[in-house]
Amino acid sequence: MSTQTLERPAAPPPAPPGAGRRPSVAIRSALARWGLRGTALLYLGLIVALPTVAVITRGFQDGLQSLRDALNAPGAREAIVLTLVLAAVTAIINVIFGTLIAYVLVRYEFPGRAWLSTIVDIPFAIPTLVTGVMLRALYGPSSLIGGFLEGHGIHVIFAQLGILLALLFVTLPLVVRTVQPVLLEIDEAEEEAARVLGATRWYTFRRVVLPKLRSGIAAGGLLAFARAIGEFGAVVIVSGNIIGKTLTAPVLIFQLASQFQPNQAAAVATLLFAISFVLVLVTERLVGARNKDAV
Amino acid sequence: MSAPGELRVPVLPSGTRRRLVHGGFIAIALLYVGILVIAPLIGIAWAAFQVGWSTIVSTLKQPDVLHAFYLTGVITVITVIVTSIFGVIVALVIARDRFPGRALMSAAVDLPLAVSPVIVGLMAVVLFGLGGWFEPWFTSHGIRILFAVPSMVLVTIFICIPFVIREVVPVLQEVGVTEEEAARTLGASSMQTFFRVTLKNIRWGLLYGIALTTARSIGEIGAVLIVSGQLTGQTETATLFVLRAFDQFQDDQGYIVALTLALVSIVLLVLIEVFKRRQERTQRT
Amino acid sequence: MTAAHQMTGTPIRVENLWKRFGGFEAVKDVTFTAEAGSITALLGPSGSGKSTVLRMIAGLEEPTAGRIWMEGEEHTFKTVQERRVGFVFQHFALFRHMTVAQNVAFGLSVRKQPKSQQRARVQDLLELVQLTGFRDRYPDQLSGGQRQRVALARALAPQPKVLLLDEPFGALDARVRQELRRWLDDLHQELGVTSLLVTHDQDEALELANRIVVMHEGRVEQVGSPDEVYDEPATPFVAGFVGSSSVLHGHVVDGHVQFGDHRVPGAGHLAEGEPARAFIRPHDVRVTTTPLGGSLPASVERIVNLGWLSRVVLRLPDDQVLTAEIPNDELGGVEVGSSVSVDLRRAKAFPSAAVEDVELATEMTATPAVP
Repeated sequence: MSTQTLERPAAPPPAPPGAGRRPSVAIRSALARWGLRGTALLYLGLIVALPTVAVITRGFQDGLQSLRDALNAPGAREAIVLTLVLAAVTAIINVIFGTLIAYVLVRYEFPGRAWLSTIVDIPFAIPTLVTGVMLRALYGPSSLIGGFLEGHGIHVIFAQLGILLALLFVTLPLVVRTVQPVLLEIDEAEEEAARVLGATRWYTFRRVVLPKLRSGIAAGGLLAFARAIGEFGAVVIVSGNIIGKTLTAPVLIFQLASQFQPNQAAAVATLLFAISFVLVLVTERLVGARNKDAV
Repeated sequence: MSAPGELRVPVLPSGTRRRLVHGGFIAIALLYVGILVIAPLIGIAWAAFQVGWSTIVSTLKQPDVLHAFYLTGVITVITVIVTSIFGVIVALVIARDRFPGRALMSAAVDLPLAVSPVIVGLMAVVLFGLGGWFEPWFTSHGIRILFAVPSMVLVTIFICIPFVIREVVPVLQEVGVTEEEAARTLGASSMQTFFRVTLKNIRWGLLYGIALTTARSIGEIGAVLIVSGQLTGQTETATLFVLRAFDQFQDDQGYIVALTLALVSIVLLVLIEVFKRRQERTQRT
Repeated sequence: MTAAHQMTGTPIRVENLWKRFGGFEAVKDVTFTAEAGSITALLGPSGSGKSTVLRMIAGLEEPTAGRIWMEGEEHTFKTVQERRVGFVFQHFALFRHMTVAQNVAFGLSVRKQPKSQQRARVQDLLELVQLTGFRDRYPDQLSGGQRQRVALARALAPQPKVLLLDEPFGALDARVRQELRRWLDDLHQELGVTSLLVTHDQDEALELANRIVVMHEGRVEQVGSPDEVYDEPATPFVAGFVGSSSVLHGHVVDGHVQFGDHRVPGAGHLAEGEPARAFIRPHDVRVTTTPLGGSLPASVERIVNLGWLSRVVLRLPDDQVLTAEIPNDELGGVEVGSSVSVDLRRAKAFPSAAVEDVELATEMTATPAVP
């Protein structure tokens, strides 16, 4: 029945958090939280963090000597350069086509749209080695198309073009599936508002859609690049691993490892690794900035 | 209909022009995907069937082929079990728990996606090979990690870590905690809440992640190549068999086993698509 | 139907509750009780901490300090499950992969009740919430109002000691909100479960609750019956938040608030000469076209017809604005632009004070929005 009048104590001193709690309850809930957290940390620590540190340590075991030796091996420098160049080209081409495909999938309705979506996912499912085998079957010198192309001086198998095709194949879904959710998030209402105000489709795309897509496209491109510099299975079948011509860095690492040069292999690996790691961080930053807690 | 006397200028109505442009985009997309993805699939089917049905059957009955499939299966099953259980735990921590270093954990989950498989193989060599950190302990206990199945399982697990986690985290975030809070107010313990509410809600995301894990695990080559020692009949997976076949100029056998793997992948792909659609559908409610 | 509980103590008692999130104090020294069988409303704007208080009572949040008793037993450290409260969420929180029947039965199946008993209870509850035909439907097949009724049935199934409702109608359309409000009232009459309702809608609180706890920025501003809170607001915030008011600024003279040449009673508790503001309810303003001795002259700026009454915006000689609500049949010759006499019956006076209160008051005196 009484009405409480307002009281404003001068300096409110609340007890410190958890004060007076029954100890067993506090312990119980802390255990539960740390149990889960600890398991996660242990799992990732043992399986991801530990091996990574091990490789880097090994790479620098003899200081920079291992790296120098590795780079002096025949074809090593060319291999690294080739890998980076091909990966860059792959990323650029697939960013263009991948964005296009994502746009088509999101904004248009047409018969076969579901099929297109499924086909885009094929490279996710097919073993990379099988990808290489397929390319070999299609473009190998003994096949119809391959023979035709060879006759005109275009080499696909055991040449850089083949490697490029393989890399484009495996990285396509990465770009499409990274750009697609960003596109989906973009409210079509904004595009419509722009068009009502008189903008053409292209202008709308450039000024309204593209700026928002930018982070998604960049993330997709970076993922594609990182994946491409590490690709092994498809490349090893298709390229012929010709020193100086079609030898790539991952294959180089494999050769060094199987020639019992683990330190050199580790050195080159660390180099590639550093590049990949930086890319992952940048991607996290870009995609993370858009999507606060997403992995 | 225009009024009499009104000038009619023959202009292509913008609707049609726009439709042509859109049609053009769609056509380019289809063409690109057709050349890049479909054609090679057709290529391999053609090459394999060139060989003849009886050869296909006899190849697939070979003991080392059968063993290769068996080994791939075993590694895959173990990988799926481990990455699913621990993947869900990590996903719960990333999606629900707030603690410093969470971003680092998230990056660690993504790391295997960016690392070349040969480097993963190298990691195993560095840890378990001669001079490696763990090598002395295992050797003294007579356990073979490298050049044996255990290392092949470990590298495959490393490579497959991201899939379940990346699919489950967004679902957990989307679904939110209120259903779980409701369950707790109704008296459900943590375990009951997890199995009866949380797990049901992440169902499709989890299955999608498992399907991706299975596909990746079957297809693994780079890492297992380095750690396996390529002991035919003992540490040779299906993919390693294909590689060896081409190395030894037995292209026919290579095509056959590769085609088999491709067919298995297509089946997995169908499952992947089904689970993905289901997951998208539940997220829309 | 729920059996009446043997009350061994006040169903809910909250004492000196504090909650800090990092550096932010969401709940500051909150104390109140809820009587057996009553509906108590926690009323306040967003950010006032009312939901946090509710969640602490439910056990979904840990208090930084303070204590909670239910039925005479201290519950501050008990887990959510141990507290046996019924909780209804603003966005329903129905288990999307279970049918209506499974949702309602959840609290029972968790306690391993035999299936036949569960089924009977679910049937009873579905009848209670008038959704008997829906037992095998899924939440996404229900409308918002139906979902919330299922949520209520689910919360009531395990016979909780208290029912906690967190803005239960906030996610519903206006009409559904009205219907469910009435329906909840009926339900409560029938069941008599002690209920604690969090809402920012003062109409809801005034209509449903036996007692209202008005909260603002984490603190309790006033605890009282709806009449008390409406007619005798204890603080400027309550005066401005509950019901609509016009605020007139002036000084205290002889127990009145004086503004310009006129004054209104009600400032007896304030110091002479102090700057003060008077909160005046629109229905306490009498307007006549014939000048009455001693009454305030004003000009009519706007009239909004609300059906059977009109809202009349008046401009006073010192440029302040006053809003009156007058039944249409008493409007007489009052028109836009006409000069009228204003008679102020009652006012609640408070010292002119802190900036936020002024801002809130200014919101009230600005041209009132048409509902």
